[in-house]
Amino acid sequence: MTAPRTLVEKIWAAHAVAELGDATDLLHIDRIFLHERSGGRMLQGLAEAGRKVFDPAMVLGTLDHIIDTNPGRTDATKFPGGAEFIAAFRDGARAAGIRVFDLDDPAQGIAHVIAPELGSAQPGLTMVCGDSHTCTLGGMGALAWGIGVTQGEHALATQCLPAGRPKQMRVRFDGALADGVTAKDMVLHLIRTHGARGGDGCALEYAGSAVEAMSCAGRMTLCNMAVEFGAWTGIVAPDETTIAYLAGRPYAPQRADWDAAVAWWRTLRSDGDARFDREIVINAAGLSPSVTWGTSSEQTVGVDEPVPAPGGFADAVARASAEKALAYTGAEPGRPLAGLSIDAAFIGSCANSRIEDLRDAARVLAGRKVAAGVTAICVPGSTPVKRQAEAEGLDRIFKAAGFQWREAGCSLCFYNGGDSFGSARRVISSTNRNFENRQGPGVRTHLASPLTVAASAVAGAIADPRALLRR
Amino acid sequence: MEPFRRIAGTSAPMPIDNVDTDAIIPSKETQSTARTGYGEKLFANWRYLPGTRAPNPDFVLNNPRYAGAQLLVAGRNFGCGSSREAAVWALSQFGVRAVIAESYGAIFRNNCIRNGVLPAVLPIAAVEQVLAELADGAIAPQMAVDLETCTIVSPSGAVFGFQIGSLEREMLMQGADEIELTLMKRPLIEAFRARDQALRPWVYASQEATHAQDH
Ligand code: SF4
Repeated sequence: MTAPRTLVEKIWAAHAVAELGDATDLLHIDRIFLHERSGGRMLQGLAEAGRKVFDPAMVLGTLDHIIDTNPGRTDATKFPGGAEFIAAFRDGARAAGIRVFDLDDPAQGIAHVIAPELGSAQPGLTMVCGDSHTCTLGGMGALAWGIGVTQGEHALATQCLPAGRPKQMRVRFDGALADGVTAKDMVLHLIRTHGARGGDGCALEYAGSAVEAMSCAGRMTLCNMAVEFGAWTGIVAPDETTIAYLAGRPYAPQRADWDAAVAWWRTLRSDGDARFDREIVINAAGLSPSVTWGTSSEQTVGVDEPVPAPGGFADAVARASAEKALAYTGAEPGRPLAGLSIDAAFIGSCANSRIEDLRDAARVLAGRKVAAGVTAICVPGSTPVKRQAEAEGLDRIFKAAGFQWREAGCSLCFYNGGDSFGSARRVISSTNRNFENRQGPGVRTHLASPLTVAASAVAGAIADPRALLRR
Repeated sequence: MEPFRRIAGTSAPMPIDNVDTDAIIPSKETQSTARTGYGEKLFANWRYLPGTRAPNPDFVLNNPRYAGAQLLVAGRNFGCGSSREAAVWALSQFGVRAVIAESYGAIFRNNCIRNGVLPAVLPIAAVEQVLAELADGAIAPQMAVDLETCTIVSPSGAVFGFQIGSLEREMLMQGADEIELTLMKRPLIEAFRARDQALRPWVYASQEATHAQDH
């Protein structure tokens, strides 16, 4: 009899090519995603070393990071030097025989949004990308993690990567979420409670009835922020929701393969008596909308709770960090964030730009207007999301409310020297990073769910979406 | 990659948690596809006055006391955030060969090992002691990090042991090319793929062809 194993241990065992010693294995990598920001560099590095892509059919590419997202966009980027990245990426990918979802491709979008849409992100696959939010794909049951350029070259050249066996962590969310509370609020609450390093480099499996009840989109939001929790990656066990999501997708297993794949996927769950190094249990029913007050995702409070005072932190380094964050964001200790006026509202990024997120925001925005003086921007995560939203009429709701309706990409999730919020300084954002200057020089980012972003856009100040949902 | 054995020199204190890779190398500073020229861009948003290249006198690396720092000491979760390897290139091209912190972002840590930068881990109490000594004007901010003995010597001469995996230690000490080591395992990789293809044929099915059939 085999010893009880976790979901991650099962996927790991199916990919172990060789033992390297020191609790490290050489793992086969099933899928590599490239994007124009680092993909060109990887392919260049490979060519300079005289190496070849091991299996180009296992590699896909997209344009997402630095492309323009304004309507009528071309290859021109607002990011100085962007054209050079795009050209290097296209040339490298063409020479290596790698399929790229280019600007004019109906499947183009943020790598972590299109990988599931294509059916390329599947349960039990190992997947890497030169981007830290590759862990998003754990929401589909894939073992997926972000890597740098050197490891990207490694994966391309060998279709393998060495990886240390991670500690196993499970976070259970039990109970039903209240209306107005979403996956984003759950994961921000988790990080707030256990710290931005609480994930401790572990492989983190999200479980519990609240996760089981959730769409693939919500699961991907949870897994997206596993990296902000300091986990190595996050994952949710595949189930009938996952299988139904993948059925009929162009890159999903086809015909006879489909039945064999589904049969394997159904075995991909942690055994009942599997051992986890760490387990956290959270009552999902007790959660409220979360908003960040500082410059780390751990600096979060419930929208109606007061911002903490730095004096309450345990040690000198933690206190100094809180003081630095407060000085940057200008949030006031002892006062709630609700009511703090904002200059801009942003809905987009691999954290929250899927169709479900846009439907959420539209629920709040329907029949309402963005407050005067607030710049409001919606950037769908992929061209398919944009088309779907247009088919449902969501674009009309966004536009009528006063939101810009953009083309798909990473856009204002990060500032690269080009596109910015202009003079806007306080932004409520459905993205995943509130670091200093992340969204622009001096921009103060408050992370929240799409519902909270929409409600705040309407109020012109950080606002609790539950008030607008209750009619 | 330059082998790492022992580094002794000036050490700079950064007494905060969660120093992210956007802070280490802002995205707007990575507007070239090259791997060089990042030393001057390290911590650009903190190091220079806003919108200029004039040094911000309040930033630790502009303090003459820490000029030429080869070591950096920080709190928890150093290098969290984006996977940008330029964060490590900026540190090493500036001259920083080792970081000492309570913990690291996992991707940053992996990138360090592959670029000859040592990410040493100490418990938070030891980090706080070292940070206090570095800030103490009465002691020169000189430290040593030795990878052969896995020890750190603080400015006052206190010695702390640190742990690092044997494979990572070897890679740093040899300055090894990990890709080459894996390429030497090609027969094992091919054998794995032959076995795996029989078990999981869909993983190896031609994606492009599958795609074409459906349109
Ligand atoms: S949307 Fe933002 S977080 Fe996601 S991949 Fe793009 S830049 Fe990174």
